[in-house]
Amino acid sequence: MLRVIAKRIALVIPTLLGLSLLLFLWVRSLPGGPATALLGERATPDAIAEINETYGFNKPIVEQYFTYMQRLLTGDFGVSIETGRPVLQEFALRFPATIELTIVALIFAIGIGLPLGYVAAKYYGKAADHVSVVVSLIGITIPVFFLAFILKWVFAVQLGWFPPDGRQDSRIDATHFTGFWVLDGLLTGEYDAAWDAFTHLILPGIALGTIPLAIIVRITRASVLEVASADYVRTARAKGILERTIRDRFVLRNAMLPVVTTIGLQLGLLISGAVLTETVFAFSGIGRFLADAIFARDFPVLQGFILFIAVLYAIINLIVDLSYSLIDPRVRVQ
Amino acid sequence: MSVSLPPAGPTGLPGAPGTPTPPSGSAADHGSSLWGDAFARLRRNPQAIAGTIIVFLFVLVALLAPWLAPYGGEALPGQREIRPTVIPGIGEIAAYPLGLDRFGGDVLSKLIWGARASLVIGLVSTALGLAGGMLIGIIAGAFGGWVDNVLMRLVDILLSVPNLLLAVSIAAILGQGPLAIMIAIGASQVPIFARLLRSSMLQQRTADYVLAAQTLGLSRRTVTMSHVLPNSLGPVVVQGTLSLATAVIDAAALSFLGLGGGRPETAEWGRMLTYAQNELAIAPQLAFLPGICIAITALGFTLFGEALREALDPRGRR
Repeated sequence: MLRVIAKRIALVIPTLLGLSLLLFLWVRSLPGGPATALLGERATPDAIAEINETYGFNKPIVEQYFTYMQRLLTGDFGVSIETGRPVLQEFALRFPATIELTIVALIFAIGIGLPLGYVAAKYYGKAADHVSVVVSLIGITIPVFFLAFILKWVFAVQLGWFPPDGRQDSRIDATHFTGFWVLDGLLTGEYDAAWDAFTHLILPGIALGTIPLAIIVRITRASVLEVASADYVRTARAKGILERTIRDRFVLRNAMLPVVTTIGLQLGLLISGAVLTETVFAFSGIGRFLADAIFARDFPVLQGFILFIAVLYAIINLIVDLSYSLIDPRVRVQ
Repeated sequence: MSVSLPPAGPTGLPGAPGTPTPPSGSAADHGSSLWGDAFARLRRNPQAIAGTIIVFLFVLVALLAPWLAPYGGEALPGQREIRPTVIPGIGEIAAYPLGLDRFGGDVLSKLIWGARASLVIGLVSTALGLAGGMLIGIIAGAFGGWVDNVLMRLVDILLSVPNLLLAVSIAAILGQGPLAIMIAIGASQVPIFARLLRSSMLQQRTADYVLAAQTLGLSRRTVTMSHVLPNSLGPVVVQGTLSLATAVIDAAALSFLGLGGGRPETAEWGRMLTYAQNELAIAPQLAFLPGICIAITALGFTLFGEALREALDPRGRR
C-alpha cells in the first residue's frame, strides 16, 4: 500500500512542476510583461524598474525560473495587487468558506443524486427513470450562474426564505476563529450564528451542487444498470438472498467505483462553479476572490490560486485512487 | 469514459458477433457502415429527434436573424423609452413585444441576434479545439513512445486546471474581444479532444484489421491516416457535439466574469445575462430570457450528442 501511495505521489510531482513552469511562462507572456502583471497597469516606470530589479525580471529566463521556484518552495507566492497582502494568506483566509460551501454542495449532490440514480436504474424505462433523466439533463445544460440567479430571485428576493448574499448576517456579533463559520458557532455555543451561517450556505450550495448532482445521477444509473445485470447478482437472487442484502452488498457496493471516480473528478468543476456561484451570492470564498482577481487583472493572485487549485485537485484525485482499494479489493491485487 | 466502437474496420462489416445489428431495411437504406447504422438508430431515438429539432431551429434563427429580428443587433430603438427607474417589460409596449433592456435595446431582436453570436462562438471555438486536439492526438497516437509521453504529460497538466480557469488564463494573454474568447474556449477544449482521440486510436491500433493492413506492407502513415484515424473518430465527433453546448455556456460565463470585451450593449446572450444581474429585482425577464435561450441551446446539442454517443456504441443499446 505504501509503495502504491509513493508511486502515485511521484506521478503527481512532474505534473505540478510542469504546471508551475507553464504558469511562470504565462505571466511572462502577458501583454506588458511580468512587471506590469505584478504591479497592475497603473504602475509608474520607476516602480517597474524597481520590481524588475527585486524580482530579477531583467536576468536570463532560466535564472528567473529558478528564483521563482525557490520563492514557491519557501511559500512566497507573491503579493496581491489589489489588497497588498500575500497571496498565500488571502487563500488561507477564504479557503474555509469555500470548503463549507463545497461540503453543502456535495451533500446535496450525493444525497439526492445517488438515490435518484438508483431509483432510475431500478425502475428503468418507467416514469421515475424519465424524471431522473430529465432532471439530470437540465442540471447539465443550465449555466451555473443562471441557476444561481433563479434561486436567488425565487427563494431570496420573492419568497424571502433564505438570505440573498453574504456568509452571515452582519448584525450577528459572532466569534470567528477557525474560518469555518458554522463550526465556529457550534464550538462557541453561539447556535444562532451557526444557524445563520448555515442558511447562507443553502442557496449557493444548491446552485453549485446541481451539475455534480446531474452527473452523479447518470453515472449511478448507468453503473447500477450494468451491475444489476451481472451474473453474480442473478446467482445471488437465485440463491434466495434477501433483496435488501443484494442491493446493499452486491449491487451498490460494486456500482460505487465509477461513482466515486466521478465525484472526485467533479471537484475541479466545483471550483470553476464556485467562481460563478460565489460571485452571484457575494459569498467571500476563493471563487469570488478569483472572480475579483480576474476583473482587476490581479495576476499574482491568479497565478497562485491556479497553482493551489491544481495541487488540491491532484491531492483529491490521489485520495480517490487510493479509496478504490477500500471499495474494490480487486484493485489491490493489480 | 471509454467508448468502444464496433470493430467495423475497412471492410465495413457491421460489427462482431454479439453486437446487436439494426433491423434489416433501415440498415440497407444507408449501407451497413458504422455511420449508416448510427444514423438509422438516431432516427428512432426520440432524444435525438428532440435534439435535432432544437439545433435545427437554433441554426435557422441564427441564419435568418436579419429577416426575423424587428431591429438590428446593435440598434437601440427604444432608447428614449428608458428612464432610470422604468424598464418596459414583456408586452408593455406593442412595438417591443419582449420589452427593452437598460440600453434601450429591443430584447426580442437581441435574443435573435444573440443566437447568431452563440452559433459563431460555438462553431469557431469547437473547430479550434478540434483542430488543436486532433493534431496532438494524432501525433501522440501515431508515434507512441516518448512523443506520446511528453504530449500526454502536457495534456495532464492542462487538465489539472479547471476548464473555465484555463480559458480565463488564455483570455488574459490574448486580451479582450470576441475572437480572444473563442480562441480561449477552443484552446481550453484542446486537451480533452487530444486525450480522447489518442485513447481511441490506441484502442484501434490493436484491432485485427490494423494488423492485416500492416501485414500487407502498408506504410505507417497510410495505416494511421486511412485506417486507424477514421475508425477512431466516433468519440471525437460526439465530444465535438457536446462541446458546442459547453462553448455556449462557457462564453456566457467568461462574459459574466467581465472578459467579453466589446460594447456592453452587444446582442449576445451571456452579455445580456451579465448586465441583467443589476436589475434582477425590477426586471427579472432580462436575466431569464437569455438564460433560457442558453439552456435550451445547450440542451439541444447535449441531447443530440448523447444520442449520437449511444448510436455509435453498440453496448449502449439497452
